[in-house]
Amino acid sequence: MKPRIVPLGDSALLVQLGDEIDITINRRVHALAALVNTTPIEGLIETVPAYGTLLIHYDPLVLAYSKASQWVRSKLEQIQDVKPAKPRLIEVPVKYGAEYGPDLPSVAEYHNLQIEDVIRIHSERTYTVYMMGFMPGFPYMGKLDDAIVTPRLDVPRTNVPEGTVAIAGSQTGIYPLTSPGGWRLIGHTSLILFDPHDDIPFLFSPGDEVKFVVEN
Amino acid sequence: MSLTVVEASGLATIQDSGRKGWRRFGVPMSGPMDIFALQAANKLAGNPLECAAIEIGLGDVIFQALHDCVIAVTGVGYPLSIFAWDFPLWSSFFVRGGWQIHLNKADSGMCAYLAVSGGIQIPPMLDSCSTNLRGHFGGLDGRSLQAGDILRVVHHHSYHEFVPRTLCAEARPLYSDHPIVNVIMGPQTKNFTEESIETFLSNEYTVTTSSDRMGYRLDGPFLSLRNTTELVSEGMTMGSIQVPASGQPIVMMADCPTTGGYSKIGTVISADLPLLAQCVPSKSRIRFQKTTVAKAQKKYRELMNGIEKNIVQLEEDDAWY
Repeated sequence: MKPRIVPLGDSALLVQLGDEIDITINRRVHALAALVNTTPIEGLIETVPAYGTLLIHYDPLVLAYSKASQWVRSKLEQIQDVKPAKPRLIEVPVKYGAEYGPDLPSVAEYHNLQIEDVIRIHSERTYTVYMMGFMPGFPYMGKLDDAIVTPRLDVPRTNVPEGTVAIAGSQTGIYPLTSPGGWRLIGHTSLILFDPHDDIPFLFSPGDEVKFVVEN
Repeated sequence: MSLTVVEASGLATIQDSGRKGWRRFGVPMSGPMDIFALQAANKLAGNPLECAAIEIGLGDVIFQALHDCVIAVTGVGYPLSIFAWDFPLWSSFFVRGGWQIHLNKADSGMCAYLAVSGGIQIPPMLDSCSTNLRGHFGGLDGRSLQAGDILRVVHHHSYHEFVPRTLCAEARPLYSDHPIVNVIMGPQTKNFTEESIETFLSNEYTVTTSSDRMGYRLDGPFLSLRNTTELVSEGMTMGSIQVPASGQPIVMMADCPTTGGYSKIGTVISADLPLLAQCVPSKSRIRFQKTTVAKAQKKYRELMNGIEKNIVQLEEDDAWY
C-alpha cells in the first residue's frame, strides 16, 4: 500500500505503511521512527510504532499539522537510506505448561498436536517485538508458526499473572503485570518486564528479537 | 511545609501535564482529565504550567494546611470552603497554617484541581509525577490520596506578599451540561456506514456510569460498522473515539492505553476535551460536530494562550478577604 499520512485529532498524526502483520512493513515503521527521532522537529513529542503504522504525537501549540505532515512526508522519502540497525537478541527462559500455562493442553488439542510439539514449535523461532502497547512493557511479538496459530479465548480471564507467556492469533506476548487478558496462556517467565524504579525500566524495546528458552 | 489529607472519599490523584516519552513502551500519558483547569490552577498559584497538582473527582475531600500557604482551585462541580468561608473557584487564596480546605462534590461537573504555590514535591517516575493507577506507580505510590497522607510543598509565603488573583470567566472553556464537542473525523471513517456517521453527528449522547479516567463510554444511538473484524493494533490518543463491534462509542481519556484495535470514527479536539471531561454521567447531553485540524489547533492555541492573558488581580474591594 502507498504510505498515507492522516491526522489523529489535532495533536497526533498517523503514518500508515500497511494494515497487516508483516515483518517488512514493520521494519519500515521502525526505520521511520528512528529517522523521525534522530532528526526531530520542534514540537515533536514522541512516536509510537505499531504493526503497520507510526503514530507521531506533537504539541499543537508549537507545531501546526500542515508543517508536521510536510516534515513527515520528507522523512518518508528518506526511509530507503536508513541502514537497519542490528537488533538486540533477548533470551527469555520459560516454564511451559502445568500451572504456568493452563491453556497449553487446549492449544495442543486445537491443532491435534502433542503438548511437547507445541512447546518445541513455540520455542524454535526467533521472534521480533513488532510493537509495545496494551500495558507498560507488553511486547507484541510474532509471527507464530502457522501450526500453532490459535484464536483468543471467547471469554477473557479476569486475572492473568505477571510473567505469563501467551499466544493469540499469529502473535505471542508476555504479561508484564497481573491483569485481565484474553490470550491463551502457555507458560511463564521469571524475568521482570517492567520496573518503574529501575534505571532501565523495560526489558524489551520495539524492534528487539526474542528467543524463548525451555526451562524445566 | 505541607498539606495533609483529612478526608478523601472519591478519587483524588496527583497529576502533572502527563507522562511523555514512554508511550512506545506502552506507558499511558496519564495527566489531567481537564488540562485547561490544571494549567490555570498552576498559573494562578504562580507555578510553571506543568507542575504537579491534585485532581479531585468523584467525592469530597478535606485538606489541612500545616503551614501558611497559597493555593489555587479550578474546575467544575466543587464548591470550595476555606476555614469558615465559601469561595468561588478559578482563584488563588492565602491559607493560614491549621486551616482546613473543603471541596464537596456537587451535581454538575466532574473534577477540580488544587495547586499549591511552589508545587507538590513528589519524586517523578518515568519523568512525570502523574499517577498511573493501573500500573501502581507515579504520584503517591500510584494510588488515590487517602486520609493521613502528607503532601510536601517547597515554597514559603507570607500574607504580606500575597495578592489574590482570578481567571476571568470569558477565558474559561464553555463548560455546560449540553456541550457541543468538536471532532476531527477518521482515521477509520470508511469502516462506518454513511448512516452511522450521520447518526453520530446528529444525535445526543450521554456518558455512562461505567466511565473512568481511561475512557468515557457513550450512551446513544449505536453506530454500525461495515466490517466488525478488529484492526491490527495502532497508536491512539486522548480524545480518540473507538467503536467496538457492540456499536457503543468509547472516548479515550487521560489514562488511555497507548494502542488499540477498534475502528476510530474520530478524535475530540484538544480545546473541547475539558468540556467532555466535565460531563456528568447520565446527565450531560453531548452533541458532536465535525471540524478541521487547522480550526481545532487555532481554538486550542487561543484557549491555552488565554490563561496568562486573563489572570487579573482582584481589587481591594473585590478581594475575598
